Amino acid sequence: MKPEMAIALRSATLDNGLKVIVHEEHTAPLASVWCWYRVGSKDERPGLTGVSHWVEHMNFKGTTNIPRDQVKGIIEQFGGAWNGYTWIDQTTYVETATRDALDQMLFIESERMARCLYHPDDCESERTVIISELKGGENDPDQLLDQEVTAAAFRAHTYRHPTIGWLPDLQSMTRDDLYGYYRRHYIPNNATLVVVGDVDPDDVLRRVEQHFGPIPAGATPERLRTVEPEQVSERRVTIRKEGTAAYFKVVYHAPAAADPRFVPTVILDAALSGAKGVNLWSSFRVAPPQRRSRLYRALVERGIASSISGQIVPTAQPFLYAVSATATDGTSLASVENAALEALDEVLQNGITPAELERAKSQLQARLIFDNDSVTNIAHQIGYFETVATADLFATLAGRIEEVTLDRVAEAARTLLSPSNRTIGWFDPLPIATS
Amino acid sequence: MGQTASSAGTGLAPTRSTLDNGVVVIAKETRKTPAAAINLSVRAGAVCDPDAAAGTTYLLSRVIDRGTATRSAEEIAEEIDSRGISLTISVTRHTFSIVSSCLARDFETILALLGDVLMSPAIPEQELAVRKGEAVTILRQEEDNPGIRASEALMAMLYGEQHPYGRRVKGTVQGVELLTREQLLQQHAARFAPSELSVVVVGDVEVPRVFDRASRVFGSWRATVPPPINLPPVHRATERRRRIIPMMNKAQADIAYGFTTITRTDPSYFAFWLMNVALGQYALGGRLGHNIRERQGMAYYVSSLLDVSIGEGPLNIRAGVSPANVDRAIAAIDDELTRLKRDGLTAKELNESRQFLIGSMPRALEANAGIASFLQTAQFFGLGLDYDRRLPSLLAAVTLDDIHRAAEMLDPERATLVVAGPYSDS
Repeated sequence: MKPEMAIALRSATLDNGLKVIVHEEHTAPLASVWCWYRVGSKDERPGLTGVSHWVEHMNFKGTTNIPRDQVKGIIEQFGGAWNGYTWIDQTTYVETATRDALDQMLFIESERMARCLYHPDDCESERTVIISELKGGENDPDQLLDQEVTAAAFRAHTYRHPTIGWLPDLQSMTRDDLYGYYRRHYIPNNATLVVVGDVDPDDVLRRVEQHFGPIPAGATPERLRTVEPEQVSERRVTIRKEGTAAYFKVVYHAPAAADPRFVPTVILDAALSGAKGVNLWSSFRVAPPQRRSRLYRALVERGIASSISGQIVPTAQPFLYAVSATATDGTSLASVENAALEALDEVLQNGITPAELERAKSQLQARLIFDNDSVTNIAHQIGYFETVATADLFATLAGRIEEVTLDRVAEAARTLLSPSNRTIGWFDPLPIATS
Repeated sequence: MGQTASSAGTGLAPTRSTLDNGVVVIAKETRKTPAAAINLSVRAGAVCDPDAAAGTTYLLSRVIDRGTATRSAEEIAEEIDSRGISLTISVTRHTFSIVSSCLARDFETILALLGDVLMSPAIPEQELAVRKGEAVTILRQEEDNPGIRASEALMAMLYGEQHPYGRRVKGTVQGVELLTREQLLQQHAARFAPSELSVVVVGDVEVPRVFDRASRVFGSWRATVPPPINLPPVHRATERRRRIIPMMNKAQADIAYGFTTITRTDPSYFAFWLMNVALGQYALGGRLGHNIRERQGMAYYVSSLLDVSIGEGPLNIRAGVSPANVDRAIAAIDDELTRLKRDGLTAKELNESRQFLIGSMPRALEANAGIASFLQTAQFFGLGLDYDRRLPSLLAAVTLDDIHRAAEMLDPERATLVVAGPYSDS
C-alpha cells in the first residue's frame, strides 16, 4: 500500500518563542486549538510528584480576565468541547468548536498561559478532587499493576512515578509549590500552539500575535538530566490484593519517538498484538484488529487469557513497551506468563514473517487514515509529536512505516525483548472477604 | 430495490432505500478521508433474551463473527486483520450492532463479510467455549468494579427482575456457563430478520455503489418477521429506596442515583434532554458538577445520563467519591434536585443548554462514524431523514414551563440510590 496521508503544515515562531503550527482542514465548519507545554510528570522532583497534573487542574479555575464563574460557558456557547490532560512529557489543553469561536479559544489559551489565579481555596478544593481521581484509579487492579510495574522498571528516571503523583506528595504540596511550578513552565518559549480546521492561516497567525505576542518569554526551564541506566536483570512485581480477576503485565525499555528503532518497534507491536496507531488521544478507544497477531493466537485463542494488548507510545525519552493480559477465569498467572513469554521469545529469536510485516503495515496505514477523521485528532497528533520530538515525524510517519524491512523489525525485537530488559508484574487476586 | 427517499436541502441529506425484503439502507457520501463507516443495526437487543436466559444476545455478539456457513473463523480473522479494519460488535437493550471502519477501496469486501457474519453465523462449539471463557472473565471483572455494580444494582431496583431493563445485558456467570450453541442459534433465528435490520454507510463511497452492494449482500435474505417485544409496565418508585453494596477492598465509592423517566417518543423528550444537560452535563457536569466537584471538591467525576428508549428509560446520576464524602455527596444531589423541582431552570441556563446542543452538532457530525451513529438512531426511532435539520427548532420550542414539568419527576423523596464501595450505613 502506498502512503495516503499528507499533512501540509504552516508554522511560525513569535518573538517570545511561541511556536505556532496551522493546518487547513475545510471538511467541517470547525476549528480545534491545542496549546502544548513541554512539561509533564518526568519534570517533577521528589516531593512534588503530581504537580504537573494538579497545575493542569488549577488552570481551569479562572484568570485575571476570565472570572472564576465565567470559565464555563465561553466555548459551550459555540457548541464546543474543551479538555486537558497531563502525561509524562506534556501538558495540553484543547478547545474544539465552530470556527466562529477561534478568537475566544485563542483568548482562553493566552490567559491560561500567563494569568491563572491559583486562589488558595481553589488549591485546597482541588486537592480532594485529585485524591479522589487517584483513589478511583486504585479501584482498577489493572491500573494499579501498571503503576507498580512502571515504578519497578525505572530505577533512576522520573518516568517511574505516576502522572497523578504519590499520595503523600498530594497531601503535602502547597499553593506556592503549584504556583511556582506554573510560572516556571507556562511560558511561550516552552509551548506550541496548534490550530487545525476551517481557518485561514494568515488570519490565525494575526490573531495569535494579538493574543500571545505581549506575553514575555521566560527563563528556559531547567531539565532533569537523569538517564535510566541499562537494566541488567529481569525484575518482578507481585500485587496480592482482594479481587476477582488475575492480570499479567510485562514491560520492556523501549526506544523514544525520534529513535530510528521506534517505527520498527511499532510494526513489531502490530505483529504481536494488532495495530493501534500512535494517537494517545484516540487510538486506544477502539479494539485493534488483532486476531491474527502472535499474542492473541498464543493466549486468547487458546483460552488462556480473555484479552491481550500491547502498547508502544511516542515519548521524548526511552519509555516502555507494555504487553498486558487478563487471565481467563480459572487460569493461573503462571500459564499466562509462560504462553506470553514463549511467544515473545519466538519473535526475539526469529523475527516476524513477510506476511506479518505486510499485515502490520496495512493495519497501520489504515489506522493513520481513521485517526485523521477529525480536526481534533489531527491537531492532537501535530502538537503531540512536536512536543515529544518534531511535528515532521508525524507528517512523514506513513512513509517511514512503508520503508521498514524485516531486518529492521528483527533488530528491534532483539534489542527490545531480551529477558534482562523486562519487568514482569502479576496482580494475583486474593478471595474477597465477606463482611 | 424498493422505494428510495432523499432528504433535500442542506444538512446531512442522506438517501434511504428499503429493499424488497424490508432491509433499510441509508447512505451518505463524504470526502473527509478515503474511508467509510459501516453501521449495521438489528432490532434484537438484550430485551429479546428469553426470560430464563439473560445474556444470550450478548454471548451471541461475542461469537457471531467466529465462523459462518461459508467462512471459517480463521478466514474472517485474516480478512479483518489484513485490511486493518476496526470492528466493534455490541449489544444494547434494544439493538445488536456491528460497526466497522474500513478503507473505501475495501468497502465491497467488508460489507459482504459483515453481511455474512450477521445473516449466517455458524457458532462452532470450540469458538463458543473460548468466547464463553472470555464472557465469564468479563463478568467476574465487573463484579469487582464499584461503578458497574452500582449502576446495575440501580437498574435492578428501578425496573425489577420482571422487566428486561432490570436484568444485566451480559447475564450472570452461572447463566452464561449454561448457554448452548443451540440456544444461540435459536435466538438468532428468532430475532434476526430483514425487517429488523438497518444498514448505514457513511464515507467516501458513492451512494449508488452503497445501494447496489447492499442489495447484493442483503437482498436475497429471507426470514420470518419476529413477533414484537412487549415490555411490561414500569412501576414508578413511590418512596425513597437505598441500597449499599459493601466493597471493602476498594479505595473509592461509587454512587448511582436515579429515576425511571419517559420514552424517547414522549413529547416531553426535548425538555428532559435540555434539563439533563443543565443538571449534569453542561461543562464539567452541569449544576451537579458545579456543586459537588467545583464548589465542594468532593469528586473527580459527577454527571447525569438520560438513557431513554422504547421503554421508559432511566435518568442515572453517577459520582465517584471518597467513602467519607458519600453522605455529603448524596445530600448535595438531593439539594440540587429539590431546587430543580421547585424552581426549574433559569432562562439563562435553558438558553445555554439549547445553544450548546445546537452548536455541538457540527462536531457530533464531523466524522463518518458519528454521522452513521446519528442516522442509525434517527432510523431506529423514526425521526426522519431531515432530523438533523429539524433538531434546532425542536429544541427551540422547549419552554421553561416544559422543563419545570419534567423536573417534577425527579423527586428526591422517590429517588432510588445505590452506593458501592468501602462504605457502610453504620
